[in-house]
Amino acid sequence: MDSYPRDRAMTAWLRARADRWLKLNTLIDHQRDHRDENLEDARNLVKGFRALVRDLSLARSAVPHSKLTQQLEALCLKAHEAIYRSPSHLRRQLIGLIADDVPRVVRALRGSIIFTALLFLSSAVSGWLLVTQYPELVSLFASETMINKVQRGELWTKDLLNVVPSSLLSLSIMTNNIFVTLSAFVCGALYGLGTIYIIGINGLMLGGAFALTAQYHMEDQLITFVIAHGVVELSVVCIAGAAGIRLGEALAHPGDCLRVDAFREAVTEASKLLPVCAIFLVGAGLIEGYVSPDKGFPVASRVLIGLSYGVLLWLVLTGRAFRRAKLH
Amino acid sequence: MEDKLVLQTANAEELTLSIAGLGSRSYAFIIDWHFRLLLALAWFIGAVLLLGGSFDKHFGELFRNSSASLWTVFLPAVTIYFLYHPVLEVMMQGRTPGKRIAGIRILSLQGQTPEFGALLIRNVFRLIDSLPIFYILGLGVAMGTSRQVRIGDLAAGTLLVYEETTQELKRLPMFSTDSHLGHADLELLQDILDRWSDLEEASRISLGRRFLERLGETPDVLESEDEQIHARLKNLLESACGQLSS
Repeated sequence: MDSYPRDRAMTAWLRARADRWLKLNTLIDHQRDHRDENLEDARNLVKGFRALVRDLSLARSAVPHSKLTQQLEALCLKAHEAIYRSPSHLRRQLIGLIADDVPRVVRALRGSIIFTALLFLSSAVSGWLLVTQYPELVSLFASETMINKVQRGELWTKDLLNVVPSSLLSLSIMTNNIFVTLSAFVCGALYGLGTIYIIGINGLMLGGAFALTAQYHMEDQLITFVIAHGVVELSVVCIAGAAGIRLGEALAHPGDCLRVDAFREAVTEASKLLPVCAIFLVGAGLIEGYVSPDKGFPVASRVLIGLSYGVLLWLVLTGRAFRRAKLH
Repeated sequence: MEDKLVLQTANAEELTLSIAGLGSRSYAFIIDWHFRLLLALAWFIGAVLLLGGSFDKHFGELFRNSSASLWTVFLPAVTIYFLYHPVLEVMMQGRTPGKRIAGIRILSLQGQTPEFGALLIRNVFRLIDSLPIFYILGLGVAMGTSRQVRIGDLAAGTLLVYEETTQELKRLPMFSTDSHLGHADLELLQDILDRWSDLEEASRISLGRRFLERLGETPDVLESEDEQIHARLKNLLESACGQLSS
């Protein structure tokens, strides 16, 4: 055969190298499974990878579409991933996220947060005015059961604990709040319009609900129910909304970047606020399940809980909660 | 459409990965959807039966008596269904059972296993990708993007690629033989034998004959049956590899 000398050369080369590739493969698997900090293994991995890249180059020119080349490419990718993977320092990353990243992002989003808060407030006022002026429109914002209860002089939250246990109530509230928060964020991908819609609808519903209760002189009862968990819940919705607006801004005005790159960068930055929001929503859900419907809590203690929890949220968001620790 | 993700090594050698298309993506999703649904249902049914409940008209009684039933029956089932993707993708470094079966995995644009945060972002954006129903928006975006990615991937900087495994690596030394078969012939022979049982009988007989003819083998086997050709090809490979061991 004409190709016989070349095949002999290939044979000799394979015999010389195959064992090293197998060893490198085993080493990568070991490193991935154990992640021990053996310096010698790490050196061998880097050395093996360099040699492998040379072998791959040779294989590509000698037998370009062979299984050998394909397998060497696969091994090269595996080694490349093992060498260039980001180091995992979960604890340090978490501290960095809460102490540095979150306050920085909140500062950067200050304008969007104010805009979202104003949007929410104006929607709530609109909802209030709409229901006050046109009482029949209340069915847009409240269910029939809620309306009937209010007309009977009862708030829909009355005897809530007799129907659903606190634990389950908390869970369903947490789930719903986290869902709304995440939706307000991700819907920013629709050029911010999805976020504006969610914030607007939530504001209208809140305003509408207050107007409904005001018509029957029960607004103070609703405030009493809402105050303990509402400060944090509304703050978080506004923050998630601001993060969503940031996504919309990045898509609408990408600047010098490609639109997709600007979007990705905005998501990476703004999403840093979501873990804090989620954690505080868990707390708010517990308050809404255990404190808000429980008549045993007087108004003063509800106000104290609501304000303290709200202040804590903003201390964390602005980084003031960790300033002293950082100075030390 | 881009069908390759090209990575540059420090030695200026390029490594290429094939980007998974809509078909593989959907295939993996459908398998995963069945897995998570079955897992959630299995938990639900198992927990109800373990707690002494039944699936007849008395079904509701189990939950009326205590909220503990709701926590042990509903919550884990719902958690399995909704957290299947994020948890498994993090644990299996960008893979899920469905993706494994479809032969694909998630990578970052730099060709690395995506970080924890990126995988979470990718999953959070399912909320919008799944709109209005059945991932229509996500599929539409995937159709319109060069790398066939949904909004979640665009947001997280990830994409799906076909996974190249190194399972065949162990068999490479067998090609280092001084047999009269060249490297390409040996690879081809190995391929034919590997796929023998998957091929239709007529096709594999024809393929086997053509291979033997190409090598100038004696025609006595050419008229023989399927098993004889298979045995002849197997002998050929074994004798070639035998020279290596000797």
